[in-house]
Amino acid sequence: MNINHKGVLKLTKMEKKFLRKQSKARHVLLKHEGIQAVSYPTQSLVIANGGLGNGVSRKQLLLTLEKCGPVEALLMPPNKPYAFVIFQTIEESKKAYFTLNGKEIIDDLGQKIFLYLNFVEKAQWKNMGLEALPPGLLVVEEIISSEEEKKLLESVNWTEDTGNQNFQRSLKHRRVKHFGYEFHYESNTVDKDKPLPGGLPEVCSSILEKLLKEGYIKHKPDQLTINQYEPGHGIPAHIDTHSAFEDEIISLSLGSAIVMDFKHPEGVTVQVMLPRRSLLVMTGESRYLWTHGITPRKFDTVQASEQFKGGIITSDIGDLTLSKRGMRTSFTFRKVRRMPCNCSYSSVCDRQRKATPPSLTESSKEALELEQKHVHQVYNEIASHFSSTRHSPWPRIVEFLKALPSGSIVADIGCGNGKYLGINKDLYMIGCDRSQNLVDICRERQFQALVCDALAVPVRSGSCDACISIAVIHHFATAERRVEALQELARLLRPGGQALIYVWAMEQEYKNQKSKYLRGKRISQGDKDELNSATSTEEFLVNQTPEGVNEDPALSVNSSSITKEEEYKSRKVPNSELPIHINRTCFHSQDVLVPWHLKRNPGKDKAIEPSGVAGCPDPSPVFHRYYHVFCDGELEASCQAVGDVSILQSYYDQGNWCVVLQKV
Amino acid sequence: MKLLTHNLLSSHVRGVGTRGFPLRLQATEVRINPVEFNPEFVARMIPKVEWAALVQAADTLNLAEVPKEPTEGYEHDETFLRKMHHVLLEVDVLEGTLQCPESGRLFPISRGIPNMLLNDEETET
Repeated sequence: MNINHKGVLKLTKMEKKFLRKQSKARHVLLKHEGIQAVSYPTQSLVIANGGLGNGVSRKQLLLTLEKCGPVEALLMPPNKPYAFVIFQTIEESKKAYFTLNGKEIIDDLGQKIFLYLNFVEKAQWKNMGLEALPPGLLVVEEIISSEEEKKLLESVNWTEDTGNQNFQRSLKHRRVKHFGYEFHYESNTVDKDKPLPGGLPEVCSSILEKLLKEGYIKHKPDQLTINQYEPGHGIPAHIDTHSAFEDEIISLSLGSAIVMDFKHPEGVTVQVMLPRRSLLVMTGESRYLWTHGITPRKFDTVQASEQFKGGIITSDIGDLTLSKRGMRTSFTFRKVRRMPCNCSYSSVCDRQRKATPPSLTESSKEALELEQKHVHQVYNEIASHFSSTRHSPWPRIVEFLKALPSGSIVADIGCGNGKYLGINKDLYMIGCDRSQNLVDICRERQFQALVCDALAVPVRSGSCDACISIAVIHHFATAERRVEALQELARLLRPGGQALIYVWAMEQEYKNQKSKYLRGKRISQGDKDELNSATSTEEFLVNQTPEGVNEDPALSVNSSSITKEEEYKSRKVPNSELPIHINRTCFHSQDVLVPWHLKRNPGKDKAIEPSGVAGCPDPSPVFHRYYHVFCDGELEASCQAVGDVSILQSYYDQGNWCVVLQKV
Repeated sequence: MKLLTHNLLSSHVRGVGTRGFPLRLQATEVRINPVEFNPEFVARMIPKVEWAALVQAADTLNLAEVPKEPTEGYEHDETFLRKMHHVLLEVDVLEGTLQCPESGRLFPISRGIPNMLLNDEETET
């Protein structure tokens, strides 16, 4: 398998390196993608690093491959860092295997990439199914002429100083301007009684007239948001607030095409190509139930045969390639809603889901007082008992920490008893917590930890390769403070550094599955969920105790007996009108006090596990912790208000909303 | 508190910005905690260290052995890496103070834990 006969010694070393990388690639593909490589030659190869997901285009890869012989098929799954090639004969695939392994190619961004090839029995790819647009969605190509496009683009003056910065701002990943009504990103709604002077720009009226006349819209919009996206920019997945806007939402794409992701709450994702000069119309289900968003990236995966045809990108992976994004400006027209929303999607309707409670706290001073009383003091009081219920790290957080490169510097902001500080010995981790008593526990475990506030972390900017914030942000009492806490996390990261954030979710039932928190009392009855194995011993211990009902899911997956409602009703929280949550039930309000029944452990100040007091009828003191539980999309929206970060990933994990941020 | 942790810390008193680094270290009790030597790990830490701050901190603890800058080709210099392993990871400040170089605010280190809590007026908003 000698490729080259020069410099034998060096070559051997290189070869060894390639072999190592190749076997690693094989391992990773099997582990993460279930792709099974075989040790004998076949016609098909899987090419690690040669995927659309890492910036390799179809044309470029094909050029490289065809040097080894005619390619029968090149399958490039979207967003994956690998591709499959099928050659006509085994001879040719063998040739590719021997000449292309470790071969360096330059990707579309000019970065070096090394290909690693392995034989596979079959080029396998699970088709994602749905090949239809979300109901109610329409993409109309060439709705305006090039002249009209030019006129619209020229009408936007990004540089003018309006004297009121609210009309125009630079969000993290795009620039925006509002007409008709200002859109408030804190609440995702408009102030309906305060129209902006000037209404919609004159240049839009003829186009809107035409859309009305041709029946694409039924009502004339009165609000316009102009977004400008540079390549690499995006917008997090969201549903336009039901109570703020009417059914029809339309958007013109100017300057450049883009792929928009539509997601059904059940998990189906559909990618839709919005060509330049096209109109996107969202009504009904696609407007009310599906989220839409734009992934921040510089290339889109598009149909190779019909690159700029509007509509769905099919998962025909024999026909996908990359399209470089240009500067896109969108004109999104909406009509402000005057009547309550009566859509039939109550699960995602802000009006029907709950009567929006008045803003919890007027000032940050009040917020601070609430946090001091119902977060800081409580954790300090319950530290030892709290810690004794927190042994089991959450699998996906462990996975995140284990995937970080060796030698990464990682800050755990709000580290509690330090259960994540020792997960990966190849990291340098420091923990911070507001509670001295919890930090003491970390220190006893030989971890690096310090006492500080998550809004003022005494760590130099850009010094961390990664941060985690597990079950912390939900303890801040105003939206501003929650964003500040996220901002502070982002400040610590070096460019490219990642932060993993977990907050407790309002939705304790998701995709028809109850969270562990709700299922708590049933866990010990042979539930086979993979999370349970790690916690069985603890569960047993906790179940012996009369009041082990204190865990919130962001911190622990185990549980215990059910609680009696009356117990809580009898206890008043002075000076607070916040509802008191009943443990192991659904949330009825986003801002709640969650009871903690303290179990004292006399004689031992910071014991790990109190024992031998099972069945003790001694009335335990109850502490109330303040939580703001997050709704679907709310964490992403908060992250969106943070500078210099992009959302790499967001997911739901056992009653928590989670995101991975990356510093730009 | 290890000196590598000290190297990451910066004062966060309102308005001090980047002038809050490095925190002046004063130690009244230092312990040496043996840690298993991992040359690759130490080598990865070297470029992340703010060197002048480390030299200064090592000086105040009378650890004379820190060179003025990392040696050339330090990745393969075991003597250097062992030295840095000791300074960064084994020296543990148990009692002492950290002082903001800009505002003079003192933060206590007690039982190895820096307490960096500020009161409301001191925080940067």
